[in-house]
Amino acid sequence: MPDGDKNVLVGLSRDGEDTTVTPLGYPGRVLGPGETYDTVSEKISSIVLKQPLPKSWWFGFTVAFAMLMMFLMAVSWLFYRGIGIWGVNIPVAWGFAIVNFVWWIGIGHAGTFISAILLLLMQKWRTSINRLTEAMTLFAVACAGMFPLLHLGRPWLFYWLLPYPDTMGLWPQFRSPLVWDVFAVSTYFTVSLIFWYVGLIPDLATLRDRAPTRGKQFAYGMLALGWRGSARHWQRHQSAYLLLAGLATPLVLSVHSVVSFDFSVAIVPGWHSTIFPPYFVAGAIYSGFAMVLNIVIPLRRLYGLQSYITLRHLNNMANVMLATGMMVAYGYLMEAFMSWFSGDIFEEFMMVNRAFGPYGWTFWLLMLTNVLIPQVLWIRRVRITPVLLFLVALSVNVGMWLERFVIVITSLAREYVPAMWRMYYPTRWDWMTFIGSIGLFLTLLFLFIRLLPLISMAEVRELVAEHEEVEP
Amino acid sequence: MKEKNTLYGLVAEFADSSAVLKATQRAYANGYRNMDAYSPFPIHGLAEALGRRRTAVPLIVLLSGMTGGLGGYFMEWYSMRVDFPFNIGGRPLHSWPAFIPITFELTVLCAALSAIIGMLALNRLPEPYHPIFNAPGFERASVDRFFLCIESADPKFTLTDTRNFLQDLNPIQVTEVRA
Repeated sequence: MPDGDKNVLVGLSRDGEDTTVTPLGYPGRVLGPGETYDTVSEKISSIVLKQPLPKSWWFGFTVAFAMLMMFLMAVSWLFYRGIGIWGVNIPVAWGFAIVNFVWWIGIGHAGTFISAILLLLMQKWRTSINRLTEAMTLFAVACAGMFPLLHLGRPWLFYWLLPYPDTMGLWPQFRSPLVWDVFAVSTYFTVSLIFWYVGLIPDLATLRDRAPTRGKQFAYGMLALGWRGSARHWQRHQSAYLLLAGLATPLVLSVHSVVSFDFSVAIVPGWHSTIFPPYFVAGAIYSGFAMVLNIVIPLRRLYGLQSYITLRHLNNMANVMLATGMMVAYGYLMEAFMSWFSGDIFEEFMMVNRAFGPYGWTFWLLMLTNVLIPQVLWIRRVRITPVLLFLVALSVNVGMWLERFVIVITSLAREYVPAMWRMYYPTRWDWMTFIGSIGLFLTLLFLFIRLLPLISMAEVRELVAEHEEVEP
Repeated sequence: MKEKNTLYGLVAEFADSSAVLKATQRAYANGYRNMDAYSPFPIHGLAEALGRRRTAVPLIVLLSGMTGGLGGYFMEWYSMRVDFPFNIGGRPLHSWPAFIPITFELTVLCAALSAIIGMLALNRLPEPYHPIFNAPGFERASVDRFFLCIESADPKFTLTDTRNFLQDLNPIQVTEVRA
C-alpha cells in the first residue's frame, strides 16, 4: 500500500481512475499518489505553456465561438429594432431575458461557494477545483449581467441605474429591488474578480518563470506584478485572501437573496413569498455545482487531470448537489402547501394553473429533471461514475432553467384579472440570445483553459507539503 | 545613486520547506534582521521566523468596510430624505429597512477593494525588478525551491562570516546576489 496507511484500500479501475477508498467505501484521495512540487507545476503549467492544442479544444472553441457570433447577431438586431423582436409584451414583460439572468447568476454561485465558504470550513478538497469554478463564476456573472441591460428598452442609458450627480438632479430609487440588484450583481462580479486574481498572482509568477518564449514571459510577468514569493508578501497575501473569503461568504448568500427580492417584493401570485431568498440560494448552489460537474468531468478526462480532480471531488460535489437539491424540492413543496394554506383564491389558482394550466408541461418536466432524476445520486456508484454524474448534472441544469421559466412566465401569464391573461411564446431571437449566451460562456471558458492555469498550483503544492492525501 | 553591481546579499537555496524555516529561525537567533525568505507556497510560521508579528491588512479592510457601509447608508438617506424627498404611497422618507441591501453591498465592495489594494501596496507590488531575481536558479522559487537571503544592508553582514553561517545550514548552494 503506497501510503503505508492500513485503513486505505487501493485499487485502479480500468480507465486509470484511482479508486482508493476510505473504510466506509467512499473515494479517499484529494490528490493522486506520487505527486511532487515539480510534477504539480509541470503538469498544470504545461497545459498552458507547452502542450499543443488538442483537437478537441479547437473543436469546442469553434462551436462556442460560432454560438458567440450568433449572440452578437441577435444582440445587434435587438439594438437596431428594440425589444419588440422578443416575445415579451404585457402582461409577460419579463421573458427569456430574466429567466436567463437568474439562471446564469445562479450558476455563478458555485465558484465563490467552493472558494470562500469551503476555505473557511477548511475543506481540503476545494483546492484543486477552486480556480476553475471561480473562473466559471466570473463568466456566468458576465453572461447574467448582460441580460437585464439587453432587457432595458434603451440599453445605452443603463448608467441611469447608478448614483451619479446628473444634470436632471435625480437619484436612483434606492427602495427598489431592481436597484439593489444593480449593486448586488456588480459587487459580486467585482469581488469575485478580485478574489480570483489575488489567488492567481503566485501562479502567474510560476508561469512567468517557466515560460518558454520571451513574449509569454513578458505577458505573465506583467500580470504577476513581480511576485517573488517573499515570506512577508505571503503573510499579507494569505491575510487578504482569508479576508476576501470572509467577505465573499455573506456576499454569495446575499446576491441570490437580492435576486429573489426582484420577485418576492412584487405582489404577483407565485412570486410574493418569504421562502424565496433561502430557496433561491439553495437553487443557485445546486445549479452551480451541476455546471461545475458538467465542465470538470470532460476536462479532467481531456487533460488527464484525474490525480488532481479525483473521484473524491466528484463524490463530494454530488453530495452537495444532492443536499441542495433536497432543499430546492422542499421549496417546491412549501410553495404548493402555502398556496393552499393561505386560503387566497389567487394563490390557490396560481398553483393549479402552474401544474395543469397551459404551461403545465414545463412544471412536470421541471419535477422530472430537478427533483426525480437527481434522486439517483443516493446511489454511490452513480456519484463516482463520471459519465452518469455528467448526465445527472445536465438534467439539473435543464431543470434549474425550467424552474425560472415556471416562476417567471406562468405567474405573469395568468395574473389577477382574466381579461389580462395572455400567453408568452419565445421568438427565434429569444432562443438565439439564450443559446448565444452559452456560446459566450464557453468561449471565455476555452480561452481561460488555454491562457491561465486551471488549477491553483500554489495551493496544490501546499497539499503536497502536508501529505494529506487521505482523510477517512 | 547606487552604483551598479553592488552586493545585494547572500542567498542560500534549500530543497524543502522545513529546512528554510529552520534556517530562518537560526539566522534570526544569530542576530540577522535584514533578510527575507522566498517560497513557492505559504509556509506557516515563516514570516514570524523573520520577526514579523502581524499585518496591517485586516485593519485596512475593517476601516474601508466601515467607510463603505456608512457612506452607502448616508448616500441613501441624503438622496431619499434631503436632496430629493418623494412621497411614494405615504411611506416614510427615511425607510431604513429598504436601505440595508445597498449598505451591505457597498460595505463588502469597499472592503474587498481595500483588501487587494492594501495587500499590494504594503507589499510594494507591482515591482517588476528586484535584485533577488538575479540569484542563480531563482526561477525555481516559484516551483520547488526555497531561498533565504541575508541582505548586505544588515549591520551584522560580512561576506565571509555570513557565507560561513549559511554554509553551516546545509543548503544546496550559497551564492552572491548583485543589485
